[in-house]
Amino acid sequence: MGLTRRQFLGALGGATAGLALPRTTRAAQKGTLGYPESFGVLCDLSLCVGCRRCEQACNEANDLPAPDQAFDDPTVLQHLRRTTESAYTVVNTYPQANAPAVHRKLQCNHCQEPACASACPVGAFTKTREGAVIYNPDLCIGCRYCMVACPFGIPAYEYHDPLTPRVRKCTLCHERILAGKRPACVEACPMEALVFGKRTELLERARNRIAAKPENYLHHVYGEHEVGGTNWLYLSPVPFDQVGLPTNLGEEPLCAKTGGFLSFIPVVIALWPAFLGGTWLFKRHNERQGQQPKEGA
Amino acid sequence: MSQTAPTTCWIKDKLFFGLGAREYLRSLLTPFNAVAAMILLAGGVAAVVRFGQGLGTATNLSHDNPWGLWIGFDLLCGVALAAGGYVISSTVYLFGLKAYQPIVRPAILTAFLGYAFVVLALLFDLGRPWRLPYPFVVQAGFSSVMFEVAVCVATYCTVLFVEATPPAFEWLGWRKLRAVILHLTIPLTILGVILSTMHQSSLGGLFLIAPGKLHPLWYSPYLPVFFFISSIIAGLSMIVVEGSLSHRALHHRADPGTDFDALTIGLARAGAIVMFSYFALKILGVISDGNWTYLPTAYGSWFLVEVLGFVLVPCLLFASAARNRRPRQVKLAALLSVLGVVLNRLNVSLVAFNWQLPCEQRYFPSWMELAVTLSIILLIVLVFRSAALRMPILRPDPTYPEHP
Ligand code: SF4
Ligand code: SF4
Repeated sequence: MGLTRRQFLGALGGATAGLALPRTTRAAQKGTLGYPESFGVLCDLSLCVGCRRCEQACNEANDLPAPDQAFDDPTVLQHLRRTTESAYTVVNTYPQANAPAVHRKLQCNHCQEPACASACPVGAFTKTREGAVIYNPDLCIGCRYCMVACPFGIPAYEYHDPLTPRVRKCTLCHERILAGKRPACVEACPMEALVFGKRTELLERARNRIAAKPENYLHHVYGEHEVGGTNWLYLSPVPFDQVGLPTNLGEEPLCAKTGGFLSFIPVVIALWPAFLGGTWLFKRHNERQGQQPKEGA
Repeated sequence: MSQTAPTTCWIKDKLFFGLGAREYLRSLLTPFNAVAAMILLAGGVAAVVRFGQGLGTATNLSHDNPWGLWIGFDLLCGVALAAGGYVISSTVYLFGLKAYQPIVRPAILTAFLGYAFVVLALLFDLGRPWRLPYPFVVQAGFSSVMFEVAVCVATYCTVLFVEATPPAFEWLGWRKLRAVILHLTIPLTILGVILSTMHQSSLGGLFLIAPGKLHPLWYSPYLPVFFFISSIIAGLSMIVVEGSLSHRALHHRADPGTDFDALTIGLARAGAIVMFSYFALKILGVISDGNWTYLPTAYGSWFLVEVLGFVLVPCLLFASAARNRRPRQVKLAALLSVLGVVLNRLNVSLVAFNWQLPCEQRYFPSWMELAVTLSIILLIVLVFRSAALRMPILRPDPTYPEHP
């Protein structure tokens, strides 16, 4: 796919297109994505027992409404759920053939080059130096393009609020991080399935865990490269598509796909007027030439 | 009666076709208007619910399906079907095909109404519609395709408004202003083509960010090119469809000197060429991305219905109609290709979008969404009709020279 895009750009004058590449795409070319010193969370699915303490902690930390079913009600896990405006994180259980079920916690992955942020027409999302992708409701117009853009289907919308609807999603407890604390879910996890730390160090730790128990894990850290890398990283005993993580997204940040297209616009602005104006002048010239002999006759 | 005040007289002449108020109101009691009133009533109810209770009550939108009919049809199809404006004005003013002059005005008016009502639909769809100007006045998201669409649609709407004023000025008798606008024709046309190129393609570009959600047969790095070329098809075909409808419905207002059927033959020739290249590109896109393996699936069949039934078939119909000079066949082909563009936009935004989600999480519009969409289509028709009945749209006003 990438190749076709590049060929396509090349065919239409890619040389000029390079002039206007947005910041994110240029970063992608140099291979330095996100902020190297940023924090993230390593989520080890082989340790998660599906107790939903993280859900409860998130609910309390964000002052969210009480859930329909209590946090200690295990029947919730019988069907797959997604994040909503009143649950920024949910734990799902994925049954496996001939193996114990695997649980996975869903929340914003805090992408290094967030598709949601690149999509927003008012720039309501910010990728912070600390790693969180945070949202500013004072700017949001409610077009919901961020929800279309997010490859993990994370942002939710307050559809039932007629006056001040907001996009809702996990904030990585940005305020807590700034105050030197860990995200509420990480602190609540009794199994230490969630580890908070510098992203680079978490990657290191993830590789060590695979090396120490190679038979326990799939030999891949999800989030190291997916869509340009995410600050939330996963280790799993089973293939990632069996726990609902998309594996067809590629390693290129999604904003590179739209960025390549947007970088064309200056070309259109530069070439179209010249071409169209030229056509018109040519047409007028022809018309005048056609008229002259008649007038003379 | 001879003492009527000048304003009453003006209203009677200009708005009521010289009828008295009562006679005029009675002339409005037609079956068409009765159906129209019912649709508008339903749309009004939907509007009250939408703005009173929020999007959640009025629509079937969800966290998984953030865009529904109002984006898929009202925005995407609305903008594509309004492409006749830039297509025909560039043909006539820039490329010099003067024969098409008589259809410029209806095409520009349709385009302007189309865009104006796209903006109205957006006000329904945005969570906080009163913040519509935020991208321009508060903070601009330069990396966003949506931002680009917003800039172009806003600017082009203004351009179309200006381009659509001359008939209104003739109707009002404002000669000076009309002359000023006519002097601007060429720059406005060029601006119109640039803006249209940009936002027609950007509407396809919106979906470039979602490769994981849009079915591979519809997702392509060429999406912007597909949307742009098919907008030309939509523009050409809409001119034929809307032209034949208005010439039939409003034939007493049409210009007896214009042979609309003859013009459609030329449009058919252009349509056949553009559609064939669109068809070839669509096929090429599928092959170059190696997605032909999806063809023997249900989505594959649906893709073939779109590309064969609503692109290749009308393309061939256009070609043979142009060759054998059969205006009726042109109209059929135009209708099919208009439907084809609508089908394509709905496929990209709704049918093939979220294709991996289980059935019960897929989107289908609510009656209120349908009512708003139908009301908007109807309003376009009604405003077009009342303008064409009063202003020199379908035929020139003989008291005005063609050039200022
Ligand atoms: S996971 Fe989705 S919402 Fe979170 S940063 Fe990435 S694109 Fe944005
Ligand atoms: S819904 Fe709000 S945050 Fe999301 S893209 Fe639109 S303006 Fe930005």
